[in-house]
Order: sequence, then C-alpha cells, then structure tokens
Amino acid sequence: MKKTPLHDVYRNAEGVKIIDFGGWELPVNFSAGILNEHHAVRNSAGLFDVSHMGEVIVEGPGSGEYVDRLMTNSISNLGDGEVLYTLMCYPDGGIVDDLIVYRISSEKYFLVINAANIEKDYSWIASENPGANGEKFNNLIIENVSAQYCQLAVQGPAADAILSVLYPQAGEIGFFKFVPDAEICGYQVLISRTGYTGEDGFEIYCSNESAPLIWNSLLVAGKESGLIPCGLGARDSLRLEAKLPLYGHEISSSITPLEANLSYFVDFSRSDFYGKTALLKQKAEGVPRTLRGIKMIDKGVPRHGYSVYISGKDKPVGYVTSGTKSPTTGHFIGLVMIERGTGLKIGDTLEIEIHNKRKRAELVRTPFYKKNRRQ
Amino acid sequence: MSNVIAELKYTKKHEWIKIDGDKAYIGITDFAQDELGEIVYVELPEVGDTFEADDEIASLESVKAAAAMYNPLSGKVVEVNELLEDSPESVNEDSYKNYIYAIEFSNSVELDELLDAAAYTAFIESLEE
Repeated sequence: MKKTPLHDVYRNAEGVKIIDFGGWELPVNFSAGILNEHHAVRNSAGLFDVSHMGEVIVEGPGSGEYVDRLMTNSISNLGDGEVLYTLMCYPDGGIVDDLIVYRISSEKYFLVINAANIEKDYSWIASENPGANGEKFNNLIIENVSAQYCQLAVQGPAADAILSVLYPQAGEIGFFKFVPDAEICGYQVLISRTGYTGEDGFEIYCSNESAPLIWNSLLVAGKESGLIPCGLGARDSLRLEAKLPLYGHEISSSITPLEANLSYFVDFSRSDFYGKTALLKQKAEGVPRTLRGIKMIDKGVPRHGYSVYISGKDKPVGYVTSGTKSPTTGHFIGLVMIERGTGLKIGDTLEIEIHNKRKRAELVRTPFYKKNRRQ
Repeated sequence: MSNVIAELKYTKKHEWIKIDGDKAYIGITDFAQDELGEIVYVELPEVGDTFEADDEIASLESVKAAAAMYNPLSGKVVEVNELLEDSPESVNEDSYKNYIYAIEFSNSVELDELLDAAAYTAFIESLEE
C-alpha cells in the first residue's frame, strides 16, 4: 500500500482512522470525526493531506498547443500564474479524467490529476508525444512528478488568515490564481487559491521533505481559528454539497462531459481537441442523459448505483452517482444520472430504490450548498 | 479496545442481545458502531412483522457506508427504538443503551447459537490482529 510522506506524522494520532483508498493508506477522518471536520471547513478551516493526487509537468516548445489539444477547455486564454479546471476526453467523448492546469509559463504547464488515474492519465498525456505528431513536439518533456510533490489543502473561510501567518502575501492570490515560488517555513512551494470543498481556500504543493514541517506549522498557525486536520470523509461530503464531480461517480470513461452537465468546461470554438468530433455529434443528435440533484422526501441515504424511477414506473430512468446526508443542510442529498426527455422538472417527485424499498425524492437545483460571498 | 458487556449475548455480525423473558432486545456492539462511523440514519423494522433468523431486518447508514443488520432470532418484532428516528447518533454515543428493536422469539434453540461476552471478545480480538 502506498503512503504519503505525511503518513508518519498523523498515523498514530488519537482518533485517526486510516483506510485503503485505491491502494493508498489515507485518513478517512481524524479525532473530530467526519461531521465536525465538515463543519470546521464550512465555518472556520480544515487541513487536508491530499498528497496522493498526481502531478504531471509538460514543458518545452509547443507545450501550450500540445496541452490544449488534450483538454476540453481551452488553455489559450490562460496567463502565467493562472489555473484552469478542465477535462480530458478520449476520441469517443468518454472522460479520461478531470484535472486542473497551472500555466507556469507559455512553455511550462503543471497538471494535477486524480490519484487513481495517475498511470492511465500519464500514459494518455504522453502517448501522442514524439513520433506520432511529427517533429513539432520532439523537444517536449512530459514528466510524471507525482512522487516528488506533497499537496496540502487549507480550506474554509479562515484559510486566508491562517495561511497569511506563514505566507503574508496569501491574501493577494486571486481565485484560481497561483504563485509558483512562494516561501513557507524556509521552503519554496507552489500555492494556488483552489480547492475541492466549495469554500475559499488554498492548495500548497511542496517537496516531500518540507511537508511535515508545513503541516505542523499550519496546524499551529490555525489553532485559534479552529483549524483541524480533516480526512477523506469530509472531503467527499464537502465536494458533494458543492456539486464538484468525482471521477468514478459523476464522470468516467463511459460518461461524456455533456452528460455530466460540464459543457461549461468544453470549448468547441477551437479547431480541434480530443473528443471534439464525438461531443459535437452527441450535441447534434441529443444528449441522452443528464446529471441532476435530488433531496430525499422519505428518509434514507441514496448511494452510488441505486436505481432511480419515475413514481409508479417499473423501469429505472437512471442511477445515483453519489449521495450522503448533507451535514450543512441536514438533508439526504444525491446526484443522479437520468435519461433526458422524462419531463421531470425541479420540484417533481421521483423514487430511489434503497434496500429494496422505493423512497421518494424531490428533484432540486444544485449545488446543494453555495458559500456566502463575504467580500 | 472496544467495550463488551458481560451480561449480554452476541453474534459474529456484531449484534448484542439482551434476553428478557420470551423477548430479546437487539442492538449493535461498540465495535460495530466504531467501525461504521457516525450514524446518520437507522431504518427500523415495523412492529408486528415477523422475521426468520438471518433475515435482513434493519439498516444503519453512516457517513461512510450502509450496513445491513441481520436478525439473530426468529420471531415477531414487538418494539422498535423510535428515538433513533430523530437521533440516530445515539447509537454511536452508547450502542448498548440504545437498542434497535425487540423481538418475541419463537425458537429458543437459536439462543444456543449466540456467543457469550468472552467468546465475542475473543472474536473481535482476532479481527483486530
């Protein structure tokens, strides 16, 4: 089993629960428990070890054009120090992964990918390099640097104040912007104002050697503001309330960005990108299904894979992709992938089969949670 | 180390059973609640319904997972712990004080299958190794 360089720092902490997460030994929760960790991020701040995430660097002449062709969203408007959320598709429109792209310079890009997909993504990203596309990309360097980076996420309304203790310029970093060479605790790190919780926050990419000191220093700096270490359990409920997709649930190689309601991140204006032809065809012929939000009327947790029905009908119209009891709203919520053309509207009732019982749910607007704009 | 109460009976599915005449109160053990994590919903059986031994009778939903509860004693459900409808987290707070349901058992031979506290303790120790 793989461990992050921070594993030894917290594995013996009281109350920490470590699980196997796709071959990684990672904390599902710390001593506060999932619910308290969730509330800490919504109300003050939480610290996550997300070092399992993968990083790939694409560097050299033509790297911008090269990366752009792999992505559904265009990186051509990205300036140095800016971050973009995007997807990569296969030629058939199925999703390879979702990721964020950091433009370090016009010839250097830092790609952050999902842990479970590192090998697959890297070989996909590198596959069309030298040879397949003539000499244009011959001098490109594509490197899987996942093992060289730790990633810490400080998330929540107090994240800015807490990180500012260690890095006074933190507040100057705009949303989806980054500083490639910030200094924390004497180490050079990359800091971006990004996250996976639906709150304000930062992600810090640092060397394995520096991670324990930065982790501990952040916990000390944030103690009075209520910063606590948080595990994957809270990360999942936080991202779901904010309707942020999770690979293997809302997105996968058998789901297109249009089906997952992520067309905002598909820029068709470009001459070509992987998946464009298939996605245009799907758009023209009609997208067969769509991702929607539900709130249970009857009690019960809708979970991944459960069937979704129109009331009284025998044939399912879809399935649940993710579900939980939302700690912030108190409701049982879920995302469902359902057929288009069912005529279902916001407020309509449908049924979810939970433990062999049909339970009523209401179609609701998403996200389930939106942060208060404090500025 | 999980808490095990001497006077109760247990199953390998981490249920505890408290015999009261021809009625048995059934809940989940401390080990089970700790494994399951914070419980957010308990699906209770209906009073009056009958179940065989090993039937799925209730389910506990935590922030992490759903766990089915299997009925250890054949019989008719005579009580359910309705407090759990609004405060399922009571099971985490004290899983022995907060039973899930009570069953009027119809086949007392099934009682012989149950583990005593020492056997259950040995069983969970073998799991934790």
